Amino acid sequence: MSSKPRTLYEKIWDAHVVERRDDGTCLIYIDRHLIHEVTSPQAFEALRVAGRKLRRPDLSLAVPDHNLPTTPRVDAEGRRMPITDPESAGQLAALERNAPEFGVRYIDATAIEQGIVHVVGPEQGFSLPGATIVCGDSHTAAHGGIGALAFGIGTSEIEHVMATQTLLLAPSKTMEVRVEGRLGAGVTPKDVILHIIGVIGAAGGTGYVIEYTGNVFREMSVEGRLTVCNMSIEGGARAGLIAPDEATFAYLKGRPMAPSGDEWGKAVAWWRTLATDAGAAYDRTVAIDAAEIAPCLTWGTSPEDVVPITGTVPEPTSFADPSKQVAAQKSLDYMGLTPGTRMEDIPVENVFIGSCTNSRIEDLRAAAAIARGRKVAANIRQALVVPGSGLVKRQAEEEGLDRVFIDAGFEWREPGCSMCLAMNPDKVPPGERCASTSNRNFVGRQGPGARTHLLSPAMAAAAAVTGHLADVRSLEPVGADA
Amino acid sequence: MKPVHEIQGRAYPLGLKNVDTDVIIPAHYLKTITRKGLGRGAFETIRAQPGNVFDDAEYRGANILIAGDNFGCGSSREHAAWALDDMGVEAVIAPSFSDIFSGNAFKNGILTVVLPQAAVDRLLEVAKTHSISIDLEHQSVTTPFQDRFTFEIDAFRRHCLLNGLDEIGMTLARDAAITAFETSMAAERSWL
Repeated sequence: MSSKPRTLYEKIWDAHVVERRDDGTCLIYIDRHLIHEVTSPQAFEALRVAGRKLRRPDLSLAVPDHNLPTTPRVDAEGRRMPITDPESAGQLAALERNAPEFGVRYIDATAIEQGIVHVVGPEQGFSLPGATIVCGDSHTAAHGGIGALAFGIGTSEIEHVMATQTLLLAPSKTMEVRVEGRLGAGVTPKDVILHIIGVIGAAGGTGYVIEYTGNVFREMSVEGRLTVCNMSIEGGARAGLIAPDEATFAYLKGRPMAPSGDEWGKAVAWWRTLATDAGAAYDRTVAIDAAEIAPCLTWGTSPEDVVPITGTVPEPTSFADPSKQVAAQKSLDYMGLTPGTRMEDIPVENVFIGSCTNSRIEDLRAAAAIARGRKVAANIRQALVVPGSGLVKRQAEEEGLDRVFIDAGFEWREPGCSMCLAMNPDKVPPGERCASTSNRNFVGRQGPGARTHLLSPAMAAAAAVTGHLADVRSLEPVGADA
Repeated sequence: MKPVHEIQGRAYPLGLKNVDTDVIIPAHYLKTITRKGLGRGAFETIRAQPGNVFDDAEYRGANILIAGDNFGCGSSREHAAWALDDMGVEAVIAPSFSDIFSGNAFKNGILTVVLPQAAVDRLLEVAKTHSISIDLEHQSVTTPFQDRFTFEIDAFRRHCLLNGLDEIGMTLARDAAITAFETSMAAERSWL
């Protein structure tokens, strides 16, 4: 045992080293592998061709999410409805074939437990603190919210994990992002992470694993922490972490795949040892005053293009970096925006509440609190609410949130990745604008020519009921009985 | 995987920073269940613009791509590397790459070369009219004008690329160490 103070990241890393090479690269054991239909077919196929098996199918869990339409999946007689897009249907069929062939637990598209893979993992207690978790999806970073070292991998790495349950990795540098103080009114976990990305930049975390520290994260709900860690990759960091604490344990206890009985006690005892030691050093620290964070959103086509809702579209010449000036001008051309325009004066035609970033029950409650007693504005063409899993959907329905949304004029959909990325029928039409709770505002992300503004669930609901980007603080809650 | 030594040829002088994976290969091309054929969807949004470098006859058949900071940011989709491979790109030169993309590129035998912005700017200029040359053995990029820029690369990756090694096969050979780890983990962290 080393007596040198260590960070949370270093402790998890050290606990998973199978072999350390002379150059510092380590063979790292992977505790949990999440699989979905988009990035896995070529890995399964390569295993099949090589005559290889999954080393530990018991540590893997598969669920389809990206391609699934969010319209009803079974008809009135309970029969499964076919997916009309033949390529989407083909990817789903491949996963349905591959999972049993290789002995992987599979959550069917029509099961109540189905959902977005990053919602399902923590919800089922499959994702655990101190574990190494991988998935062929960059938003795997989300699971860091419960104190797991979780990161996205490519398909060759998926194949490597399947065959060996390990990955060959070089240790990352560590970055502490410390947010202390009191968050202002209307400021949600989404605003916190957007603000952070605005500060560090889209490449600021490249080569680092971020640990989020400070009272803001200690006081944040576990679901909020999942939202923050989810977007670590948008700041360039492959993973983000928050130390597991009593809130984490309370969140996980009793989940179907979480340890139980004596095993639970043993697990919690180990999880309690994981927090960063006093005196441990990070390679870089970024300190942010919570009071400086406003409800915010993006104006451009990089997640670093963040501005407070009370702000204006920036002048490209306001950026010091010449290449950023060029990028900003391209962004504005694509987004159809003029510098100096007040963000609140920008009308939207589409609203999307969902994605692995913001589709959990607290997100839906926050959006419903704004939608309650109001109507979706006349200029809105699509306003989708897409729960992150069947279980989130059921919980929301038990709380009557579905009625709140439907009465306001939103569409209440089946769980999946939906309008976050243009892989299923939910798309933003070319040239149209979307207030979206998802994680990427890249060119074409929500559909060819789609214009994305990333924001919180409450701000998305505010945009829906006003018809333009709006400051959630200007909307008083309407009575619950309205 | 075929070994990588020298890569010589014309380069697409793209130059943009934050070229994300949705730009390299849009999501609607991810529905394939094979690794082949993605070149047709590569850089679709850029190719929709008149005068883009990818459809410029000057760069037809280029096997190198030169870009700005943070190339390959965004998703983990290896389809980005497969798309580059399918369009014949063997190396990408940029001031920085996203971590996931550079790993994916490496696994597909695509060399990612990190050079300072000033060197990248010079290469962007040369690439408009002349070929450039990358030598992995000597970790250098050269031009017909006697420019020579050296680059750093992870020693393990360099070794694998030079020898065309299959990483899975190498790790499977470490089976005893993995089994030993699993045995101790089953005792210490039995809840997993």
